Amino acid sequence: MDRESPAYVRNRQAMLDLIADLAAQQAKALAGGGRASVERHRRRGRMTARERIELLLDEDSAFLELSTLAGWGTDFAVGGALVTGIGVVEGVECMIVANDPTVRGGASNPVTLKKSFRAAQIAAENRLPTINLVESGGADLPTQKDIFIPGGRHFKGITEASADRRPTIALVFGNSTAGGAYVPGMSDYVVMVAGGAKVFLGGPPLVKMATGEESDDESLGGAEMHARVSGLADYLAADEKDAIRLGRQIVRRLNWRKSGLAVPAGAEPVLDPEELLGIVPDDLKEPFDPREVIGRIVDGSGFDEFKPLYGPSLVTGWARLHGYPIGILANAQGVLFSGESQKAAQFIQLANQTDTPLLFLHNTTGYMVGKEYEQGGIIKHGAQMINAVANSTVPHLGVILGSSYGAGNYGMSGRAFDPRFLFSWVGAKSAVMGAAQLAGVVSIVSRQAAKAANRPYDDATDARTRAAIEAQIERESLAMFTSGMLYDDGVIDPRDTRTVLGICLSVIHSVPVEGARGYGVFRL
Amino acid sequence: MIRRLLVANRGEIARRVFRTCRALGISTVAVFAEGDELHATEADLSVAVDSYLGAQKIIAAARAAGADAIHPGYGFLSENPDFAREVIAAGLTWIGPSPDAIEAMGDKIRAKKLMAAAGVPVLDGDGTFPLLVKAAAGGGGRGMRVVTEPSALREELAIAEAEARAAFGDGTVFTEPYLPHARHVEVQVLGDGHGRIWVLGDRDCSVQRRHQKVVEEAPAPGLPDAVRAALHRYAYAAAEAVGYRGAGTVEFLVDGERIHFLEMNTRLQVEHPVTECVFRLDLVALQIAIAEGKPLGAAPPAPSGHAIEVRVYAEDPAGGFAPQTGRIRAFDLGSGPGIRVDSGVEAGSEVGIRYDAMLAKVIAYGPDRESAIRLLGDVLRRGAVHGVTTNLRLLRAILDDGDFVAGRLDTALLDRRLDAWNGSTTEHSVRKAALAAALGAAVRTAGARRVQAGIPVAWRNVPSGPRVRILRHGTTEYPVSYSSDGGRLVSDFVAGVAVAAVGDGRVVLDDHGVREAYLVTPYDGGVDVVGPNGAVDFSRVPDMVDPAESVSEGSLLAPMPAVVVSVAVAAGDRVAKGDPIVVLEAMKMRQTLAAPNSGIVASLAAREGQQISAGTVLAVIDVVEEE
Repeated sequence: MDRESPAYVRNRQAMLDLIADLAAQQAKALAGGGRASVERHRRRGRMTARERIELLLDEDSAFLELSTLAGWGTDFAVGGALVTGIGVVEGVECMIVANDPTVRGGASNPVTLKKSFRAAQIAAENRLPTINLVESGGADLPTQKDIFIPGGRHFKGITEASADRRPTIALVFGNSTAGGAYVPGMSDYVVMVAGGAKVFLGGPPLVKMATGEESDDESLGGAEMHARVSGLADYLAADEKDAIRLGRQIVRRLNWRKSGLAVPAGAEPVLDPEELLGIVPDDLKEPFDPREVIGRIVDGSGFDEFKPLYGPSLVTGWARLHGYPIGILANAQGVLFSGESQKAAQFIQLANQTDTPLLFLHNTTGYMVGKEYEQGGIIKHGAQMINAVANSTVPHLGVILGSSYGAGNYGMSGRAFDPRFLFSWVGAKSAVMGAAQLAGVVSIVSRQAAKAANRPYDDATDARTRAAIEAQIERESLAMFTSGMLYDDGVIDPRDTRTVLGICLSVIHSVPVEGARGYGVFRL
Repeated sequence: MIRRLLVANRGEIARRVFRTCRALGISTVAVFAEGDELHATEADLSVAVDSYLGAQKIIAAARAAGADAIHPGYGFLSENPDFAREVIAAGLTWIGPSPDAIEAMGDKIRAKKLMAAAGVPVLDGDGTFPLLVKAAAGGGGRGMRVVTEPSALREELAIAEAEARAAFGDGTVFTEPYLPHARHVEVQVLGDGHGRIWVLGDRDCSVQRRHQKVVEEAPAPGLPDAVRAALHRYAYAAAEAVGYRGAGTVEFLVDGERIHFLEMNTRLQVEHPVTECVFRLDLVALQIAIAEGKPLGAAPPAPSGHAIEVRVYAEDPAGGFAPQTGRIRAFDLGSGPGIRVDSGVEAGSEVGIRYDAMLAKVIAYGPDRESAIRLLGDVLRRGAVHGVTTNLRLLRAILDDGDFVAGRLDTALLDRRLDAWNGSTTEHSVRKAALAAALGAAVRTAGARRVQAGIPVAWRNVPSGPRVRILRHGTTEYPVSYSSDGGRLVSDFVAGVAVAAVGDGRVVLDDHGVREAYLVTPYDGGVDVVGPNGAVDFSRVPDMVDPAESVSEGSLLAPMPAVVVSVAVAAGDRVAKGDPIVVLEAMKMRQTLAAPNSGIVASLAAREGQQISAGTVLAVIDVVEEE
């Protein structure tokens, strides 16, 4: 890669600007409920959600935070008053879910719910114990219509996890009342912080209204009471740090064993991952060679390409990443033709035959359209690819490098196809089609409708409408927006790709990988 | 002919004598006390004894092991004329001067009279202060007290008498003028008992702490020729006066041109290696030859070059030289041309308070004094003793000191400069070492991971704040902050210092463009570091402590390893803040621990005679609300 070339310099600068913007957006989530709220929380001798997580994790281990930008582009606070992520505690990969009490008391809103469901799904699919760091005022009442009924699934999920022999641990730092009381209520292990935890179905005012009984917080739901009287708390922690110490102690005794593949760490790539910054053109219309990306994320930059001469707009092949074998499918020229589709379907079957996880690197504008291609069976061939993806049972990982448009998103195992993990490079775009194309299509259709109805068609209005639609779609295609919708698990710096995928692969291999069985591999 | 020799000693001197024995083909016998067996592992035979002072048992050990000679080393029984007599009476060869000579020089008051009669100038008081109170039976600086004004004399005499009685079994003390600006210069002599006496040059041992030598060198630098010649002459006269046989040292105070006899030590000195270096002699071999009755040659070889020795003590120079204890994790004080290390410990050794705090002597020899200073300074900078606090940093500061390098020495130099020397290691350099320690430990932790082995250390996709690892050096805590920036460790913990490279066991920092390598060795509970400014030990302050293991308020902790001398209270007693609770003794120093607060003695763990380690909870005083 020529680091001096004008294109590289331009692409890199554009990418660095996007990364700076990503940091600025993530800072909104990190700021929680704002400086005043965080300071008030600290004055009460409490740690923030992220400080609690930092202390809980094994020293110097990694933390892969998920869905940081949840709620981006909505009226809700970025982050959804919740921090979720995968961290290592006492050598055990755990799903960590922490309420952010500085955001409206940690109350759950629809974004919170979506984010916690996604965390629960990851924990279930990858067999991770879950540690809940609880301090939440319960439901954000004005949004109750969106969360009360579906929110029940949260509690069901905790006990299902337990039945699935995935331990659940609740470290209760503060409020965990009303519905929230069922988080410790359903968990396998409960630690409560003396003087901090408050766990009851109804607080003193509600009790007074309901039965006329005079009561106080401590007798209704204090940590001491639950540890000594009700038995809801298994451990009484002296303070927040002690609760975290106890949480670690509990995990240490889970006798947790990963039953998946264990591999020695792989060699670092030969090619410099720093150069990932200069690969994606600042104009996504320009295609780029995904081999330049692959060579900077896989072990030793080693990539054995499969069918390199056939269907060249999709690159397929084998590699290792942090020691784990993977099959890679990467769009090369954007468009998926019949050949690419069949090559993909065959390759996905091969991966299933050998129980090899798949990595999809998206940069697609979708399946080819046009008379020649429709007549050549592009739907049929695209369907073969989508069929193979949908029924593949090896874990799928996805990274949206550039664009992920139309049915190409499906064929590349987009969100609806339940990849185990899906991340977007900052600057990536996902939509049914490009914003300009979509606006153009709307314009043509409107013009035709006007013509059919014999109505006059105003070109100036059309131009304004087109521009407005294009702007809206452009905004809603952005990685931050789709990430805000929980359509991926996070927006990442391209240079972090190898590490993110390495953690995901380690997590995936908590359980043995098993490919789809039934037929032999169809030579398509 | 001596065929098998028993060394009635321990530690480095026992090892050093064994070394010569091996070179001479003499088989070796060690005596050892339980738990103090390192030197015994280097002897052919060894016999357990209760104490290195148990004369009868040691002679019995020599008999049992078939030894035909006893070398006393220094300290313990080395200057005990009765022991020497018993050894001789047992038919064994005594490696040392005649019992009469030991006795004549053993009583300092008598020795001064003897020397004065032989024409050697002695230090006589004219009643002016400051005065030095000394034990007549003392030696090696023990039991000495400086009295600066007459009003304090009576009390100091009483204390000195008590100390002398406790230490030497003889409460006789005497005073002499205290000359703070004088140098301590001593002369090595060797007599063969056939009338031949060799004067083997002089040594300067002025750098002392609490009358204990710290740095010694040969020859004494910058002495006028006339003074040096006079010293040699007086030493000869002293040895001749008692018909000296064997190795001995005549100690003087030199104040300008004035020379005063202090005492004569009738044994091998700790600092004998510097003389060995400049004369290229083995003094132990010569001691043995003399004991075998062999005559000395006509004249000793001519000296050449310069040798400096430093004594590495397990002590805290910044904390009143309090003795330090612990298990030595790493011990490397260098080797190579011009370097000699005589040590009594090795990695894995337990350092207690039962014996002298000296761990090792490091000796550098060069063609001239500057070369020796430079070589020794370098060795001490690279050297590392981890696991117990030592005076290594102080020794480095001394060797860097302008006055020391210029040879401007006197016995008060160390006291005068101690604060400056203790402060010579800048906070900046300790902070850098702490940063290196934290990063090195982080990499080591990561390397031991069971999952996500190849994932970068402390990696975050959404960094929220730096990681903090709290390390403690001495009493100072260093909350070292660092974070992963895209897989690379970065830190702004030390202003202007960047992380250049972090590997397993090696961290490179960039301090304003200058790269410095640190060797980092994490251990369970801390991190040892050797950097460009020497070795630093850090202990880890845990992030989370089980409340059941934390120390309750009002606890009285032992500040150092010691023996409980007395307990002044009983459980349940009501005490006021400052009331004495426990009296401890360590290294012959008594210390009273007082109640940290008023209240009730809730628990009392201390028992008279109990041996305790530093940090032991001796008592807990519960605060009682005043009514």
